[in-house]
Amino acid sequence: MKASAGGYARAENVRHALDLLAASGGQGRLLAGGQSLVAAMNMRLSAGDLLVDISRLSELSGVTEQGGTLHIGALTRHVEIGSDPLVKTHAPVLAAAVAHIAHAAIRNRGTIGGALAHADPAAEFPACALALGAEMHAEGPDGTRTIPAEDFFEEVFTTALDESEILTAISVPVAEDGEKQVLEEVARRSGDYALAGLCLVKRAAGHRIALFSVGPKPILATGAMTALDDGDLDGAVAALAAEIDPPSDTQASAAYRRHLAGVLLRRAVARLKGDNQ
Amino acid sequence: MTIPFNNPDRPNSYIGKTVPRPNATKLVQGRGRYVDDIVLPRMLHVCFARSPVAHARIGEIDLSEAKAVKGVIRIFTGKDLAEVCTPWVAVLAHLKGLKSPPEYPLAVDRACWVGEPVVAVVATTRAAAEEAAALVAVDYEDLPAVTDTMTALDTDTPVIHPDLGDNLAFRRLHEEGDVDAALESAHKVVSARFRTARHTGVTLEPRSILVDWNPAEGQMTAYHATQAPHMMQTVFAEHLDIPESRVRVVCGDVGGSYGIKVHVYPDEVATAAIAKVMGRPIKFIADRLESYTTDIHARDHEIEAKIAVSEEGKILAIDVDDWTGIGPYSVYPRTSAIEGNQVVNLCGGPYDFANYRAQTTVVFQNKTPTCQYRAVGHPIAVAITEGLVDMAAGAIGMDPVEIRRRNMYADDAYPVTSPAKMRFEGLSHHASMDRLVEMMDYDALRADQEEARKQGKYRGIGIASFIELTNPSPFMYGIGGARISAQDGCTVRMDPDGSVVALSGVTEQGQGTEAMLSQVVAEGVGVDPGQVRIITGDTQVTPYGGGTWASRGAGIGGEAALQAARALRDSILEVAAAMLQADKGKLDIRAGQVVDADTGEDRMPLEELGRIVYFRGDTLPKDLPRELVQTRHFITMEYPFAFTNGVQASYLEVDVDTGVVTLLKHWCVEDCGRVINPQLVDEQIRGGIVQGLGGALYEEIHYDEDGQLLNGSMADYLVPMAAEMPDMQIGHVETPTGESELGAKGAGEAGTAGAPAAVMNAINDALRPLGAQVTEMPFTPERILRALGKLDD
Ligand SMILES: Cc1cc2nc3c(=O)[nH]c(=O)nc-3n(C[C@H](O)[C@H](O)[C@H](O)COP(=O)(O)OP(=O)(O)OC[C@H]3O[C@@H](n4cnc5c(N)ncnc54)[C@H](O)[C@@H]3O)c2cc1C
Repeated sequence: MKASAGGYARAENVRHALDLLAASGGQGRLLAGGQSLVAAMNMRLSAGDLLVDISRLSELSGVTEQGGTLHIGALTRHVEIGSDPLVKTHAPVLAAAVAHIAHAAIRNRGTIGGALAHADPAAEFPACALALGAEMHAEGPDGTRTIPAEDFFEEVFTTALDESEILTAISVPVAEDGEKQVLEEVARRSGDYALAGLCLVKRAAGHRIALFSVGPKPILATGAMTALDDGDLDGAVAALAAEIDPPSDTQASAAYRRHLAGVLLRRAVARLKGDNQ
Repeated sequence: MTIPFNNPDRPNSYIGKTVPRPNATKLVQGRGRYVDDIVLPRMLHVCFARSPVAHARIGEIDLSEAKAVKGVIRIFTGKDLAEVCTPWVAVLAHLKGLKSPPEYPLAVDRACWVGEPVVAVVATTRAAAEEAAALVAVDYEDLPAVTDTMTALDTDTPVIHPDLGDNLAFRRLHEEGDVDAALESAHKVVSARFRTARHTGVTLEPRSILVDWNPAEGQMTAYHATQAPHMMQTVFAEHLDIPESRVRVVCGDVGGSYGIKVHVYPDEVATAAIAKVMGRPIKFIADRLESYTTDIHARDHEIEAKIAVSEEGKILAIDVDDWTGIGPYSVYPRTSAIEGNQVVNLCGGPYDFANYRAQTTVVFQNKTPTCQYRAVGHPIAVAITEGLVDMAAGAIGMDPVEIRRRNMYADDAYPVTSPAKMRFEGLSHHASMDRLVEMMDYDALRADQEEARKQGKYRGIGIASFIELTNPSPFMYGIGGARISAQDGCTVRMDPDGSVVALSGVTEQGQGTEAMLSQVVAEGVGVDPGQVRIITGDTQVTPYGGGTWASRGAGIGGEAALQAARALRDSILEVAAAMLQADKGKLDIRAGQVVDADTGEDRMPLEELGRIVYFRGDTLPKDLPRELVQTRHFITMEYPFAFTNGVQASYLEVDVDTGVVTLLKHWCVEDCGRVINPQLVDEQIRGGIVQGLGGALYEEIHYDEDGQLLNGSMADYLVPMAAEMPDMQIGHVETPTGESELGAKGAGEAGTAGAPAAVMNAINDALRPLGAQVTEMPFTPERILRALGKLDD
């Protein structure tokens, strides 16, 4: 199918992008890596958008560390997240996630901000952000604000961002000494969206477990977290099964996804124990 | 009557060697010419408003909004096109009882599947046509949809085509020996229910056609991505009322076909009809969504089957009840009964046994029509047969290789006629099995499997023997009344510079036909393959032929090319003998030189001969024939089909917690007779295996109970991809057919035929210690876990 865009403009800077959005009469659509948006346009799932291309805003790209917080620009591409030494050291699960996201060509263009704003419930980064307790930084006509990951993801493809806002960055606390982060998922083929996936973070304060592809948004499995904190793996698996309500589709049924979540949790915990990094 | 090509030291020894593909550079550099690359003056684009529902009466059609879209030139409904295009009925006389209703290029009164073309919008761009197509307002009055195969014939199921009386398209029962008695008295009887999933071919280049009608010449030219240009010439001529001689079908580069592009599609005929009405070139290129709803589907079968064996593992009987749902129409002109018919013909294929019963029941449904897709019926028949054989081996505690060895036709048993009444000229099941067992180091693999099991890993080995039907004679379609040529021809000519041009009726789909033809012609004439240019795919230019399907290109087209090339060599030598005042029998052509046959000494380059013949013919004797163009045709006469055989093996690991299958390695030994180009044959086998693995593990078209297609994109219809594919080792045994001098049979479908069964058997081998078994393809992680009883809903 041929895409039908309502228009296109390239933003010079964040302010310009915000102005373009404001002037679009609600039809504005930010274009970052284009790896989800263009596919949707090509299937006419989205038509008539006035595209505001932010892909060249270099101020929104790159990774820095400051005062115990890792700051990742929204336009940092998947491929950069996968190889960035700061990410590998301070938020290794983000780097590990990249190997599971799509294929090289898509990782070369897709951006972390795009992935978070797109909020595909099967995507890796949103669940990682949730497990890490990340914060989202947004800028809008009225200034900037910070949204905790827990409040950011609302529904399938829906976030707390307003149409007039741009996600500018994500920040995560740097991994503490002895912190462990693992990601486990099962996909039909390498690069496919997961049938179910799980991020497990173990900190001194306790475990954090976030799941993807088992509901309308990434899910923080608080019941399983508590059980794991108590050292009760079987209890965690049981709690997990009770606190998710996965969808059925042509790839897998809810029952399969629920089963998988338990398997993934056991595997993630085994990995925590198996390696000490 | 085969000639020995196996002496590698013979002159011009190109047959049997890996010769580079002449078209590879062009394709890799993006210099191919596919239909979509062709732009003609005054060309327009057509796009179709398609039925969004599985079954509905077509009420009011409101085109006012669509017509208002900028760029729209004209819009056609089914009624409009019915005035200029006659409907077709896809039946064949030899498939007794097959019925199907008339089908029109656009649905007229009723839409019968999601995706059926209903209205055609012609515009200056595809984008404008799409825009308008989305605004076509059709009043669809819902009719009940028939979607389940097994209940299609129940009395309370609505009849899709009331004029036909019921939903039965075709049924064939074949019986040999006394199956019931054998089942009764056998040592062990094993029964199973198999399912192969509806899937489709997913060609890289979608279906594409550009049709130009020139009223001044009264000629239609269709640039068409097709496997069978001459067949399409007939179809356009017949249904658009044009003399056959005034239809030219040109088929340039084609980006893969796999059987998808050998059928008549309503939207493509509509494109031709519109071109004729409008007198302007009209282009239709299917997009991927359209491909999923309108390219033929295949393999939607449900089967109950039984095998009876003796204590010694001898097969006593096989009993198969096959059901398939083909959509609302049998597909023109090859029909949709062939796949089920093939299941009946092919089950039990490798084995020497006496009692066989097979029935296929082919029913109508409101889904995309199904028809022939690579390895038609083979993957189904092989899965049934090899699944049963493995289960029987398990039931009597026999090794799967051993049970096959005890039942396969002996390599010296031929000619032989199978219980399905298939005639085999010469096969090599035992030699192939021996080679396979050696290649895979079967015993070592069993040891590895056992070792892995100790570590809690579930690995399995699966074996699948198979036969493949190739080189079809008119028994496939011609005797049923279809104008589909089983014969093929080749014209070979020498030009003044000594180079050779070969025009062939078989076509290039990306599989390497041109390479095969160039090396056959090079060897036949005595020139370097680089001196041979191949022209295919133009009905106005090439000899009449059938095209590419049923693995016939090399066996039929290759033999015609060899004979034409040898005839040309003979004519060249006749001229050379006169020029050199030599004995023709003492001359030969090698690497483009006329040489002394005994000493190999150069006597004259071909370009010198060309110079004299074409520009100084006055210097040659008056009566000397100088026919440097020769044409030969070939058709098989002794056997309806040239069967080939082979055996595959799969080694894999099943994750019993997630159900995920990891393919570790795959082997195939096959016997396609003469191997003309080892690399091309290996690529055919590997590519075929990949498609078979797709069917085994990934590919499945999903419909809901209302006939809505649920997965119409590459995101949710999973094709096999490189990362998941195992290393594949290919071996060959060569039993040339005696029907031709070349001795080549086909190799295009062997990989696809055997791979799903090998994987199924390997999974079940891995699951055996856990008491689980899967027989429903594709073997998704979920189906495997369900078989293991690990899911509770
Ligand atoms: C074949 C394929 C397979 C894929 N597989 C996976 C996978 O396995 N896992 C996975 O996680 N992803 C996968 N993806 C998606 C990929 O990761 C995308 O890159 C990502 O989802 C979107 O990022 P983008 O930069 O391309 O965003 P775009 O496509 O440009 O935009 C996506 C949406 O986000 C909005 N948006 C983008 N940036 C911002 C911003 N800074 N502020 C506010 N809104 C913004 C856009 O307006 C749009 O609505 C796959 C994509 C493809 C094509």
